[in-house]
Amino acid sequence: MKIKLPQWFYQLASPRWFYEFSGKLLPWFSIAAFILLMTGSVWGLAFAPEDYQQGNSFRIIYVHVPASILAQSCYMLMAIAGAIGLIWKIKMAHVVAKSCASFGASIAIMSLATGAIWGKPTWGAWWVWDARLTAMLVLFFLYVGVIALHSAFENTQSADKASAILSLVGLVNIPIIKYSVEWWNTLHQGATFKVTEKPAMPPEMWIPLLIMVLGFYCFFAVILMQRARIEVLQREKKAGWVQEIIKQN
Amino acid sequence: MGHFATFADFLQMGKHGLYVWLSYGIAFGIFAYNIVSVALAKRQFFNKAKRQARREEIKS
Repeated sequence: MKIKLPQWFYQLASPRWFYEFSGKLLPWFSIAAFILLMTGSVWGLAFAPEDYQQGNSFRIIYVHVPASILAQSCYMLMAIAGAIGLIWKIKMAHVVAKSCASFGASIAIMSLATGAIWGKPTWGAWWVWDARLTAMLVLFFLYVGVIALHSAFENTQSADKASAILSLVGLVNIPIIKYSVEWWNTLHQGATFKVTEKPAMPPEMWIPLLIMVLGFYCFFAVILMQRARIEVLQREKKAGWVQEIIKQN
Repeated sequence: MGHFATFADFLQMGKHGLYVWLSYGIAFGIFAYNIVSVALAKRQFFNKAKRQARREEIKS
């Protein structure tokens, strides 16, 4: 069976085309990330009302929830890109997958650390071996595993393949994180945003959260594109167009 | 200003100042780490590539 992919997909799969196109996108995403993150933090920290139960510690939500959502999206992107690279042998897909790993690990740390800090005043403990917290810790270890595995190979192609397979296996953890609060009795509160329902918070609380989530995604796009660009240059070092860029810099 | 009456209240965040500011500090630190590490990786690549190009020029 052969699935025909749309043309933009093949264009995106060309390292040179990606390098040029991402260069045009970068400034816009950087500006959007900056504006969204600034607006979201100021709104969340200084203007949103405090929670009637949790008081001001609830403001941690504006970094904790976006970090947690992004840690999972980033993982899914890494696994899907790895799968595309395995199935269609697209080099660019492996570049994207590799670029996801280190950002993902850092954002998973952010989710775990801010969660621990929020847990202390709310539950009275920095850490509990709760289903969701444990699944999130596993996600962090998966990122570390993918990074370690990739660096263990001399040959880039073998490294790409092995990390793609590991990230695909680890994908099973994503639904576990998502449903952990429903499957097990847990200290962790339920989802803040659901596609099918209105948020349980008033708009002056969730609008800044939405802004922060968008800002985190834009920041992710910026870092991902930059890492992928460097990776492209490294892998295509011998190509004429890369030599030109090196001369210009 | 906004939810808080004074700037001191804003810093204090009720009794949760330490927790809130520590969280935002960590978030800021991780953002900064990503920006800096990408910039360093880029510079490292170009420095290495240019050194290599010079070496090849001398050889030929």
